[in-house]
Amino acid sequence: MAREERNIKVKIDQVKKVYNGRTGEMVALNGVSLDIADNEFVCVVGPSGCGKSTLLNIIAGLLEPTDGAVYVDERKVVGTGVERGVVFQQYALFPWLTVKKNVEFGLKLKGLSKDEIEETAMKYIRMVDLEKFTNAYPKELSGGMKQRVAIARAYAVNPEVLLMDEPFGALDAQTRTQLQSELLKTWEEERKTCFFITHDVEEAIILAQRVVIMSARPGRIKEIVDIDIPYPRTQETRMDPRFIELKTHIWSQVYQEYLEVRK
Amino acid sequence: MKNKKEKDFIGSIPKWAWLLLSLLTALVVWYFLSVNPKTGRTFKPLMEVLASAKVMYGRGVLLKDIGSSLISAIGGFACGFLLAVPIAFLMAWYRPVRFIVEPWIQFIRNIPPLAYVPLVVLSVGVGRTPQIIVICLSTFLVMTITIFQGVINVDETLIKAARVLGANDSVILVKVIFPATTPFIVTAIRLGISTALTTLIAAESTGAICGLGMRIKALANSYETAPMLLYIIIVGIIGMLAEKILKYFERKLTSWQEKREI
Repeated sequence: MAREERNIKVKIDQVKKVYNGRTGEMVALNGVSLDIADNEFVCVVGPSGCGKSTLLNIIAGLLEPTDGAVYVDERKVVGTGVERGVVFQQYALFPWLTVKKNVEFGLKLKGLSKDEIEETAMKYIRMVDLEKFTNAYPKELSGGMKQRVAIARAYAVNPEVLLMDEPFGALDAQTRTQLQSELLKTWEEERKTCFFITHDVEEAIILAQRVVIMSARPGRIKEIVDIDIPYPRTQETRMDPRFIELKTHIWSQVYQEYLEVRK
Repeated sequence: MKNKKEKDFIGSIPKWAWLLLSLLTALVVWYFLSVNPKTGRTFKPLMEVLASAKVMYGRGVLLKDIGSSLISAIGGFACGFLLAVPIAFLMAWYRPVRFIVEPWIQFIRNIPPLAYVPLVVLSVGVGRTPQIIVICLSTFLVMTITIFQGVINVDETLIKAARVLGANDSVILVKVIFPATTPFIVTAIRLGISTALTTLIAAESTGAICGLGMRIKALANSYETAPMLLYIIIVGIIGMLAEKILKYFERKLTSWQEKREI
């Protein structure tokens, strides 16, 4: 595969995270290493509590690893940075700002000119098909629309790496499918390195070039599965025998880990 | 759940009509209080109470009392608010400040203002100063607690979202925490206004020479219940007017909030 020739964008190197709780130490991640290539789309699946979100927060710079480090373009991650955008499951829109002002939030901090801010914001609002709601407040939007705004807001500051923490987890099946297609389309047009967390195996396969399966606590990488289904992928891809084969395999691996947690 | 028909009927009556009905009910209750021999001695008929406005105006005290109380209440409230905002934010931002200040607030909060009035008077003497101090202190306490609750309730993911978009601490404070706290600040102002008014009597028992609270006590001592009731009504009306003004600003400031339709 061509991946070996591509540059490594994100290098996760022996990351360990230990939480000191009231009940003692809890090892959330132990020795996680993963190289993500430039423009690659990686999905992470695993049972609840396997440390997927912790890993994402460490890459984002919102959490510090207890041991090990994350490198982006060979530079060690310390704190947050605009080259790493994040989309949260709970949308995290600023409720007191309109759709446009939400998308402009990061742009204003970049110190761009007024026209540039306006132009860029509108470009991404159009990208997520929300021109009609430019001046609406988040409370007037449905869950799917809110997440579209959050995606536009993350894209607007033009990050190189997009980190997504179960972004479609709270949406109904139809909206979720719709947003998956939109996300794929955007990714094919405007390639970015994507690190996408989900607990939905189908979602992972339809989106990713590689699916990372994480084991139950302490979180480790159990297996990395190459998804050798060519893009563009559509909803019909779900009927593809190869898709079903991969799904069966990944699902059984995740389920095994789920049973581990239950023990 | 009430049935739909009934709800529609209630909804079909305009707001002003409800207000009128509410007022009429109050007048009927008042009427019965004034004709009942047991309560009639203090609850003078409405017309007599209204007429006493002229008497008090004639004595040259009505406007002076209202003015004096407004100055004390607004002055004390303003001081309380200006202190409450930074202290509440400091308490939420720096835990040591919180650990030291919060017990003081909880301790003083439940002491009735009348209890510490002598202390204030002995320290700063009589006049406007002690009135403002007493109102400032009582409004400060209630507003600090409320604003502090607002600041620590700010959704953590909003702060994270701002941080990954490139915001530093001061940007987060101004552009995230402050706007996210506005609904609590509005509530704090609402509580502060009512505290300022309910503390008036205590504040004006510091040897004030005029003021609504001071006059109510003086009129009670001379059994002039008609003007006394008038003064009580004036305090209530001031509170309602303040609430109306606040409602106007609240609509402008916090219309983005998700609210349950009632």
